[in-house]
Amino acid sequence: MKLITAIIKPFKLDEVREALSEVGVSGITVTEVKGFGRQKGHTELYRGAEYVVDFLPKVKIEAAVEDGILERAIEAIEKSARTGKIGDGKIFVSPVEHVIRIRTGETGASAL
Amino acid sequence: MLTWMKKLLASGAVALAIGATGVMATTAAFAQEAKPAVAAAAAAVAAAPALVPNKADTAWMMVCTALVLLMTLPGLALFYGGLTRSKNILSICMQCFMVFSLITVLWAIYGYSFAFTEGGAFIGGLDRLFLGGMTPDSVAATFSKGVVIPEYVFMAFQAVFATITCCLIIGSFAERAKFSAILVFMIIWFTFSYLPIAHMVWFWPGPDDIKDAASLEAITARAGWLWQKGVLDFAGGTVVHINAAIAGLVGSYVIGKRVGYGKEAMKPHNLVYVMSGAALLWFGWFGFNAGSALEANGSAALAFVNTYLATAAAVLGWSVAEWVLKGKPSMLGAASGCVAGLVAITPAAGFVGPMGALIIGVIAGVACLWGVTGLKKILGSDDSLDVFGVHGVGGITGALLTGVFADPALGGTGIWDYVANAAAADYSIASQLWIQAQGVLTTLIWSGVVSFIAFKLIDMVIGLRVKEDEEREGLDISSHGEAAYES
Repeated sequence: MKLITAIIKPFKLDEVREALSEVGVSGITVTEVKGFGRQKGHTELYRGAEYVVDFLPKVKIEAAVEDGILERAIEAIEKSARTGKIGDGKIFVSPVEHVIRIRTGETGASAL
Repeated sequence: MLTWMKKLLASGAVALAIGATGVMATTAAFAQEAKPAVAAAAAAVAAAPALVPNKADTAWMMVCTALVLLMTLPGLALFYGGLTRSKNILSICMQCFMVFSLITVLWAIYGYSFAFTEGGAFIGGLDRLFLGGMTPDSVAATFSKGVVIPEYVFMAFQAVFATITCCLIIGSFAERAKFSAILVFMIIWFTFSYLPIAHMVWFWPGPDDIKDAASLEAITARAGWLWQKGVLDFAGGTVVHINAAIAGLVGSYVIGKRVGYGKEAMKPHNLVYVMSGAALLWFGWFGFNAGSALEANGSAALAFVNTYLATAAAVLGWSVAEWVLKGKPSMLGAASGCVAGLVAITPAAGFVGPMGALIIGVIAGVACLWGVTGLKKILGSDDSLDVFGVHGVGGITGALLTGVFADPALGGTGIWDYVANAAAADYSIASQLWIQAQGVLTTLIWSGVVSFIAFKLIDMVIGLRVKEDEEREGLDISSHGEAAYES
């Protein structure tokens, strides 16, 4: 079992969620985040004062998936979140040791 | 406002004798017998039975008074509050609310009397201390012979001017000044700067007894110092805007820069508030400028139209200049241009023609954009919300351009000759400009000196700033114990 953590452009969230549903990912967690990367920020001008905004708004998606659908899930995110312009984001994959569904106490794949 | 009548009558002045009727002669005798305090009201009622307030004028002036209140609460509070960081908006709202209320009370106790009763050329007298002697029958003169409004209405209308002027100042040292220090400063500054300047520029005994050159001279001699010089300030370019702006600028120097100024981002936290506040100011300013005619008449109509047009021109002026020079036209720029235009047309409102107003507006929009960028760099102080850049530069621009566009040859009304009962035939732009400049300089120096002394005194006694950690936390929590937004 793996945890997929993807940082994407905020306006791509719905497309990514739909794409993940289609490959069988049953649930995701979404967080609004700010980040700094190659895209860099922009400048804002208020009267005379110029401010460089380094951190840009992004959306972080977390989804735990079974190894069997990992590749398809990654591919779904890549395709749906891509615009081809700088700042499309990143996907991280890490191992998951254990999963428990709180309501029933189920563990492992059946807890997803 | 009535003491002039009392004194005229009691001293049997020549001016009255010329046109004296049987009624007036009787009144003079009556006034001499009566005790001074009673004489004022009695004289007003008896001297001229015709001088009964017109109901439309009265209603209009009460509406205008309420409109000017709206400019401060919530107009200015929103305009300023949106410009601060989210941790300081309540401190701005609270400062506006408290200063407004404080000055209102002081106005009733002694402010009105010192500003608008006869005394010297620089400050008024004590006749209306605690509003003493004022009754529903008391009347105040307007700019038309034989037209009066209830003195209660005149007093209240002038009160809201004093309050907004004081509230304007807080923008210069927003986000760092100690609340108690602000309140003490306002008491001192209101007493020693607002009241004298208002008296100098606006006090005169009224036109009713001007019959010839001699009576004009006699009446003028009892007016405020800058009125005597002939300074044109229809609704408060000097008294309100330049007066407040220089006080704010001095405050921003003495109090010092905000912690992190120039290093951390200090951008406005809600430009929708700023836009809403600017729009409310525009709306309320119709009461401010058109109401300054003191009657519901053609002069008020002209001031109304000019307030409308100049502001629109200033929005365009600022926004287009910003678009060309900085690359993008911003909402903050449009809102700032709106206020700049309102400030600049204030002294000119009833004196210039509509096309003059458009030109004043465009020039003010561009000049104030420079005020908050180029000039701000030169001045080097942390005038947090650009009070001097907008109100100072706009006020000076408007005060000087009033002298230009009041010229009948440029569509202005010229200067009214109360002896001939017509606009004066000759008008010299150069000499009027010099008179206007004297008004500007007097206000800058007077208010600047009073402010500097007041800030220094307060700094020594109670301190001007909050502690550094309180400033970082934000004044909403550290000074007022509440937060505007759930985090």
